[in-house]
Amino acid sequence: MLDPPSGVISTGGGASSAPKQYLLRLYVAGTTQRSMTAIINIRKICEEHLGGRYVLEVIDLYQQPQLANGDQIVALPTLIKKLPPPLRRIIGDLSNTEKVLVGLDLRAL
Amino acid sequence: MASQHPKPASAAASRSSEALCKSLTGIKGLDTITGGGLPTGRATLVCGGAGTGKSILAMEFLYRGIAEFDEPGVLMTFEESPLDVAQNMHSLGFDVQSMVSSRKMVMDCVVLDPEEVLEGGSFNLEGLFIRLGQAIDSIGAKRVVLDTIDSLFSCLPNPARIRSELHRLFRWLKDKGVTAIVTGESGMDTYTRDGLEEYVSDCVILLTVSVSDRMASRFLRIIKYRGSDHGKNEYPFVIDGRGIALFPITAEGLDWQASQDHISSGVKKLDQMLGGAGFYQGSTVLVSGSAGTGKSTFLASFINAACLRKERAIYISFEESPSQIVRNMNSIGIRFEQHLEQGLLRIESYRCTQCDLEQHLLNIHRVIEEFLPRAVVIDPITSLSDISSHLFIKRMLAKLTGLLRTRGVSLMLGSLTPSGATPEGTSASISSLIDSWIFLREIEGDGEFNRALVIRKSRGMNHSNKVREFKITDDGIDICEVIYGATGVLTGRARQLQSAERVAEIKQSEIDAG
Repeated sequence: MLDPPSGVISTGGGASSAPKQYLLRLYVAGTTQRSMTAIINIRKICEEHLGGRYVLEVIDLYQQPQLANGDQIVALPTLIKKLPPPLRRIIGDLSNTEKVLVGLDLRAL
Repeated sequence: MASQHPKPASAAASRSSEALCKSLTGIKGLDTITGGGLPTGRATLVCGGAGTGKSILAMEFLYRGIAEFDEPGVLMTFEESPLDVAQNMHSLGFDVQSMVSSRKMVMDCVVLDPEEVLEGGSFNLEGLFIRLGQAIDSIGAKRVVLDTIDSLFSCLPNPARIRSELHRLFRWLKDKGVTAIVTGESGMDTYTRDGLEEYVSDCVILLTVSVSDRMASRFLRIIKYRGSDHGKNEYPFVIDGRGIALFPITAEGLDWQASQDHISSGVKKLDQMLGGAGFYQGSTVLVSGSAGTGKSTFLASFINAACLRKERAIYISFEESPSQIVRNMNSIGIRFEQHLEQGLLRIESYRCTQCDLEQHLLNIHRVIEEFLPRAVVIDPITSLSDISSHLFIKRMLAKLTGLLRTRGVSLMLGSLTPSGATPEGTSASISSLIDSWIFLREIEGDGEFNRALVIRKSRGMNHSNKVREFKITDDGIDICEVIYGATGVLTGRARQLQSAERVAEIKQSEIDAG
């Protein structure tokens, strides 16, 4: 079962020796297929590649539409890597794992 | 209200019986050629190259929607910051700040950086819909502008997806009941770079700028307006401190009320030559002659007469400054200063090379609308040949005379005939627009140059066809008696001599009789 999407924060548990802490923000539109796919995908990627070094915020813009302007959201779903810099924007349901990893600076282009 | 036709009362009314509702734009001339404005509740595409005025047109639509039709509006801009938009609009006289403060307008600036976007899977543009929906709902907007749609294509991947989402957006805007303008930059062969004209099927307007003879001119053309008749030509327009102004040439027809009233030309004897009473109110008079024949004096006398009747008049000059005109006319007894002080007279001087023909027409139009004169002179109309061809000048004059006739305003035009040419030759192209035509000539004879005039035509009245000498004296124009000699009409010393001989003859015959 999946948690309700709005304002859910997931953090990986456990200590880690890796230096970088990731701050990720995923914007979705309600509980559409695409939204759910994106959430599942990013959770999987975070668990597999980021170990415990992440904070993931999921924001449902249907519930909080006023948050769309702040991060300049046009396409949905949009994943924003706030930390570590540079800021990266990955749009889509995140099913293209390679692209997502490139976006998270975990893979070279 | 903004809409031209009432919406059908029953929501179940079939599509075919639904009247096409239009929303007035408030943009000068555009509502005329669209037959009432843009299609209500639909999206209109405004396309054109860079700098053609798309954003300005869209913004004016929004601004006037609020200012004149009480329809709040949303601006979603993709390329400029709110500060840039407000500053640009301020320079056009649009006070956007107060509209935003009073919740009549919402501006949402979408910033897209192509550098940082990666396509990680299937997406749509729902974020755009959410933001737009929020903005519209927050103020109950009835008008929306998206400026410019190209940024979506240049900053986001997957053009096919963008196109289908835009298609969805236009349907969504229609369901929302807002009238929208979407701007897009022109492509090489297509009206828009990304072929949007296929999706916005209701109304498409194209703006162009063309440069000829070093002068840039703007044109607007309605490419498509589904379900409505519309002007199909390329209409010239200008953008100035008050926004956009079009001048549709065919808008003013030939149906005005012809006045029966006569007005003085300012020269009593000329009035006598004109059927005894002068020109018709609301008519157009041409005074043509070569340099130095006294055209400006006749124009000034005409204006003076209007002011003395306590009517407002405008003197438009392409040659002299207002102070020059006042000084020159003072020397012949025409006192413009007092008319200026009383607010009856306005003198406007333009250099004809300062702008293009359409801008001149706009300037003149604006002055007339502000001042509401009963008489106007333009001195001389031929200066405009420096910046345009006869065809365009004739068109401009047709618009101007049409405008003035419908308001019953009398117009007198000065026309400079190049020395050696005949007035018929240079003025022939505009003679059909003229009601009365006065030729001024210089006649050389007996070692003198004397001035003469003749009324070439004057519609609707019996007028003198005699060539008569006239003088410009300290008290204005004095037209002399017609004196015939063996060689025709005599002028100058010859006339005085002949006149003196006649007087002597009469005296002699009296003496002989008595």
